[in-house]
Amino acid sequence: MVTAKAVWSALAEVEDPEIPVVSLVDLGVVRDVRVEGERVHVEFTPTFLGCPALEVMRDRMAEAIESLGGEAEVEVIADDSWSTDRITPEGREKLRAAGLAPPAPREAGTPKLLQLMSAVFRCPYCGSTDTNLENLFGPTPCRSIRYCAGCRQPFEQFKTI
Amino acid sequence: MSAQEQLLLAIADDELVLGWRDSEWTGIAPVLEEDVAFSSIAQNEIGHARAIYQLLAEDADALAFDRSPEEYRSSQLVELRFVPDWARTIARRVLYEAADELRLESLKSSGDLAVAGLAAKIDREEAYHRMHAELWDDRLGREQRYRAALQELLPYALGMVDGGRRGDLAARFGLTEVDAIERGEHADGWVELWHEMTEVRRSIPGAAW
Repeated sequence: MVTAKAVWSALAEVEDPEIPVVSLVDLGVVRDVRVEGERVHVEFTPTFLGCPALEVMRDRMAEAIESLGGEAEVEVIADDSWSTDRITPEGREKLRAAGLAPPAPREAGTPKLLQLMSAVFRCPYCGSTDTNLENLFGPTPCRSIRYCAGCRQPFEQFKTI
Repeated sequence: MSAQEQLLLAIADDELVLGWRDSEWTGIAPVLEEDVAFSSIAQNEIGHARAIYQLLAEDADALAFDRSPEEYRSSQLVELRFVPDWARTIARRVLYEAADELRLESLKSSGDLAVAGLAAKIDREEAYHRMHAELWDDRLGREQRYRAALQELLPYALGMVDGGRRGDLAARFGLTEVDAIERGEHADGWVELWHEMTEVRRSIPGAAW
């Protein structure tokens, strides 16, 4: 008999395919787990719609559930209910430790250039706040590139969404 | 198809085709940062197209790739091929994002919650494309080639939004409203792009990748 608790624990072991230091539960993209007999229904929200890892995430969640003996149904909820504010405190710490600065809190309205230019963003390597925006875009849709004048290193910043 | 479905299909087609055109800069943009930016923007736009096609059809790939060229609802603005002209490329990005923001704004208040929710999600992601456009508009704003490109492409961008919002859209760029080029006709070069986009699906019907 599969329990919701066992499913949550199994999903907490599923790594993000592009940022393997965090799990899908750390990212807050698993929204709901419902178990009805053998059937396990998971609601999942994409980070960015253009994320090429979406299918991989869905398949890995299904595999994790099937390895518990459940029958997986992963439903993708494509609305605005996920935000980077849903990344757990543990998830944020793991990102920082891997050299990826965690996202700033979401504000009312969509982000503006001025905020990214003027707000304080801390370097994940040395902690300096003397950093500036190098490129809004980075190696994946969810990341920007900043440069730290303190330790003279570029670093990746998780975009606020 | 309802009026809203037609609008959604037009938006999805615009995003798919613009994603394709933007990706033509991958590897050859003027600076490395723009290689990264254009590749990422293209990937996002195609992701938006996919999410909208999924709202409209069981099989998003079939809707995206199994139509004849005349059946696409895309605007000529996104179909035009600009490589290697950076001024026109940036003018298109700037005009497209401004027009796209206006139409997303109205979809966000749709009574259909799935549509409103998706529009809100897309809008948050597009905010980064708008910032990118703003940076380039600041940088090139006084360049003659860029100003001429904005003027040349404005009629296409006006055709992307409702009649009542066209004056505002033109005014955002300090331009006066002109006759819009409406959606319907396709641009020179569209059929060649369609051949490229649909080549795999035409060679192997039903192919998924």
